[in-house]
Amino acid sequence: MSIDESTAARVAKLARIKVEPDALPALAQEFNTILGFIEQLGEVNVDGVEPMTSVTPQTLRRRADVVNDGDQQAAVLRNAPDAREGFFAVPKVVE
Amino acid sequence: MTDLNKLGLAEARDLLRRGETTSQELTQACLTAIEGAGPLNAFVHHTPELALERARAADARLKSDKDAPAMCGMPIGIKDLFCTKGVPSQAGSRILEGFVPEYESTVSQNLADAGAVMLGKLNMDEFAMGSSNETSIYGNAVNPWRRGNDETALTPGGSSGGSAAAVAADLCLAATGTDTGGSIRQPAAFTGTVGIKPTYGRCSRWGVVAFASSLDQAGPMTKSVRDAAIMLETMCSFDPKDSTSADLPVPNFEAALTGDMRGKKIGIPKEYRMDGMPDEIEKLWAEGTAMLKGAGAEIVDISLPHTKYALPAYYVIAPAEASSNLARYDGVRYGHRAKMDAGDGITEMYEKTRAEGFGPEVQRRVMIGTYVLSAGFYDAYYNRARRVRALIKKDFDDVFAAGVDCILTPATPSAAFGLGEMVDADPIQMYLNDVFTVTVNLAGLPGIAVPTGTDKNGLPLGLQLIGRPWEEADLLSSAYALEREAGFVAKADKWW
Repeated sequence: MSIDESTAARVAKLARIKVEPDALPALAQEFNTILGFIEQLGEVNVDGVEPMTSVTPQTLRRRADVVNDGDQQAAVLRNAPDAREGFFAVPKVVE
Repeated sequence: MTDLNKLGLAEARDLLRRGETTSQELTQACLTAIEGAGPLNAFVHHTPELALERARAADARLKSDKDAPAMCGMPIGIKDLFCTKGVPSQAGSRILEGFVPEYESTVSQNLADAGAVMLGKLNMDEFAMGSSNETSIYGNAVNPWRRGNDETALTPGGSSGGSAAAVAADLCLAATGTDTGGSIRQPAAFTGTVGIKPTYGRCSRWGVVAFASSLDQAGPMTKSVRDAAIMLETMCSFDPKDSTSADLPVPNFEAALTGDMRGKKIGIPKEYRMDGMPDEIEKLWAEGTAMLKGAGAEIVDISLPHTKYALPAYYVIAPAEASSNLARYDGVRYGHRAKMDAGDGITEMYEKTRAEGFGPEVQRRVMIGTYVLSAGFYDAYYNRARRVRALIKKDFDDVFAAGVDCILTPATPSAAFGLGEMVDADPIQMYLNDVFTVTVNLAGLPGIAVPTGTDKNGLPLGLQLIGRPWEEADLLSSAYALEREAGFVAKADKWW
């Protein structure tokens, strides 16, 4: 499996990271180096082996269905780059 | 009393209990040491006033409470990955510039509740992704150790490089670290300090900036195994706020430090004898084996057949989880937001923010993770890696089922290398630093690095002991025996 520039561009887009076009060849090359390393996993016989979901045998705990926190609008917004009138502010999303 | 900053936790605790020093004196000694250690770049957010305030409170508590916790009054450093209320917590990243948490991580809260004194936040690789502390937005942390009289600046390892440097240079009595693939144990080995990663689930991950949630664990970095036992006990707790936190009693780890190896079986895994392994590492390992044998342990050769596939599996699973975890850095709720150009919409805001906010290694891993999770590749990469992970864990399960108590391996494939030496290497070369440690994260096991010798340049080298799940107490006791037999007491000569 070899990654070309258009695949690298697609991955960058999916990851929501802006990559300048002139940086794509080097990025594709890096991906190929790392994926080449990962390809070794193809040597392992994994027939009948379930993908691990939890490293220790456990099931997720449930908590009581009650409100136990909240009413912290100021604290929630305190680190926002742009907060107005009690909301996070972002560029226009809907035309 | 002079040089109080050079004490370990156990010695300082004993002095405090005998009334021979105060937390304020200990704290002041550390603050002075930190002020004089700028070139190490270990502390990146300083909180001297908060420290002295907590030290005063600890002194009052020690005076009124004969049973104050062992950590009461202990000046420590906290890795920048832990969210600390009212104190900047950036995970070494530009994208969290200016972020001041409104809450405290459970681990740092446990330490604070026990009366520990936070001196400040410690340097680290960005989002804990790195093995040399060179991906940090704060610049490199520097190892206090040098190759004899050679002035080449060496890495303290990573990602907990600031923690390792600070403990090795006596800027604090101990520090917190975190370990996703070796980020506590490799820096400990590079700096002649002790670092333990407990069993997955022992320390709450709540409030610790997430890298790879199924692998991340916090742990202490200390000057001795006894100190590691003391601090780990305080850091561990069942926490309903972390759904993977273990609801198990936390033993008194220090009380378990008998160092009695009689009747214990130590496994030596043949797959850890890597091609091209330096003679010094080979020798260190053989010496460590002989030490444990001399202490009464039975040595057995074991096989962990899937070891070779641990690093490639890790470099699928960790980036996959990172790409998901780091999706939250979008410039909306906290941290950096890029300046936008006319006509930019929300997608451009995300893309520019993340391009500016994440460094190259983080971008690389997020994109690799995105790729292995993407439609068409999920099964071939991600699911296959999780299957291999199950086999890696089974290797350990089988060995423990056969009666092995602990496994002895090298901690790192080399001593600390020079900062900048790996710049031109491809990323895989840097990833190989974690070749001996990463299996332990994949299997969720406890592992500890103990300094046991030096290389030809006088740099510290460490061995790793791997224990059964939840048996940190037994692991620490074996590590205590190894530490005692090795008698490693060397310290870096002060040049900074």
